[in-house]
Amino acid sequence: MIEKKNWRYGMFLGCVAPNRYPMIEASIRAVFEHLGAELLELEGASCCPAPGVFRAFHIPSWLVIAARNITIAEQIGVSPLTGCNGCYGTLRDAWVEMEHEPSLKKMVNEHLAKVGRVYKGNREPKHIVQALYLDMGMDYLRDHIKYTFKDLKVAVHYGCHIIKPSDKRPWGGQYECPTFLDEMVELTGAKSLDYKDKFLCCGAGGAVRTAVKEISADFSREKLENIRNAGADIIIDVCPFCHLQLDLGQLEANGIYKDIIGEPYKIPVIYLTQLLGLAFGIDPNQLGLVKNHQLAGVPPFISIEPFLNIVKEQLD
Amino acid sequence: MSENVKKYIKRQVIKPINSKISEKFVDAGLEKIRACINCGTCTGGCPSGRRTAYRTRSAIRKALTGDTSVLEDIDIWLCSTCYYCYERCPRDIPVTDMIIKLRNIAVEEGYILDAHFGLANNVFFITGHGVPANGEENKKWQDLRESYGLPPLPPTVHCHPEAVEEVQSLLKSVGFTELMENTKKLKEERAKKEQAEKEESTK
Repeated sequence: MIEKKNWRYGMFLGCVAPNRYPMIEASIRAVFEHLGAELLELEGASCCPAPGVFRAFHIPSWLVIAARNITIAEQIGVSPLTGCNGCYGTLRDAWVEMEHEPSLKKMVNEHLAKVGRVYKGNREPKHIVQALYLDMGMDYLRDHIKYTFKDLKVAVHYGCHIIKPSDKRPWGGQYECPTFLDEMVELTGAKSLDYKDKFLCCGAGGAVRTAVKEISADFSREKLENIRNAGADIIIDVCPFCHLQLDLGQLEANGIYKDIIGEPYKIPVIYLTQLLGLAFGIDPNQLGLVKNHQLAGVPPFISIEPFLNIVKEQLD
Repeated sequence: MSENVKKYIKRQVIKPINSKISEKFVDAGLEKIRACINCGTCTGGCPSGRRTAYRTRSAIRKALTGDTSVLEDIDIWLCSTCYYCYERCPRDIPVTDMIIKLRNIAVEEGYILDAHFGLANNVFFITGHGVPANGEENKKWQDLRESYGLPPLPPTVHCHPEAVEEVQSLLKSVGFTELMENTKKLKEERAKKEQAEKEESTK
């Protein structure tokens, strides 16, 4: 048994997870608690701000607001922890850039001083995947596996900003074909499939979804076509914005590109901690997998019922 | 030089069209793109270029030669910032970051899409979130949170009005609000001018 350490993080929520896909937030909280990691709240945190839009408008504003968010974690002495590739991109790029460019840090602190804050840069922003894979480690996770799938075919979607830019990420410069997510998915007994253009962007980021939805939907269409051709039961991702694009995006692709896709897409999209949580034996209610409401027009837009049937059949 | 060479192989010299813009490129650190050898690796790996007219190499080339049409076209806004061009550039140019800087210059010159302006000015500045869940119009998202055992609003700026004010005062301090006002003004002026030209040409 690998020894538990005193892991403490500041839960940086961002926007899409808490405000549109709360099942993702619920599953992250449940899994980290189960693994004995403490998640402290980052009270008053804002949008990261999004690297594709707000950084594209005004880099200094992006940097100042990102630094403000990091200072909230610094004040309580923890690393900001995010479950979103976009927030990870912002917080980590801002952190690395300010370390390498003291003039940026100085500029940022001049503005922060006006609201009584100081940015130090002594708390490394982390992705939940980084915390699970690098801080806790595969052996620690393996020790917690209680149930395994017998036959579950998974299309893993990494997304972009968790691995790139690789010089600002903790994966040793690896960016073409990393395996850390596949390894974690396969801990659950599932099979991570090889599929064409596995590392293709979902199409949501970089302000593209806001600019021209049809183009975003075409990225998703290509991705979904490759995933369907590989025979995947589900998609596993680690970013709420990719998650939105691959879930809601299926409806959009089914509408906009109905003439070229044949059958409509209906592949359940599941967040990493939802899958891991099941294998750890956590109640599906706590993992945001069970619908307890009558609300219309809310996610998941693609039914996850086929996945829940697999869970019932295989996890006993 | 033979007559045929002169006749068929024209040498085109692209001079910086707008020196003010060129200076901005240099100020923004865009001089790194001088190392570009126009190999097209960026375009080759670009997932947006597969389905749109956006050509990364071409955008970089235009920036390098001071061709301001790169700021006007929607193309630079079709980059999904996947960072393949950044990773694969044989000259180590941080291509994606250059595209982001080009967008900064475009916004400064009044080239911003309405959807982007609305997101920045009316959503992010007002609420502190890019995708908010507060207010009566977002009741369903609060209910959705509660159905998964979470409090109706996250402990972010949504639970801290003073934090929204802090974010706003920082955005004012760093020049964001002024930038947004300017870009809106420039955009409206341009639209008026275009409208007038259109009317003139149809007379």
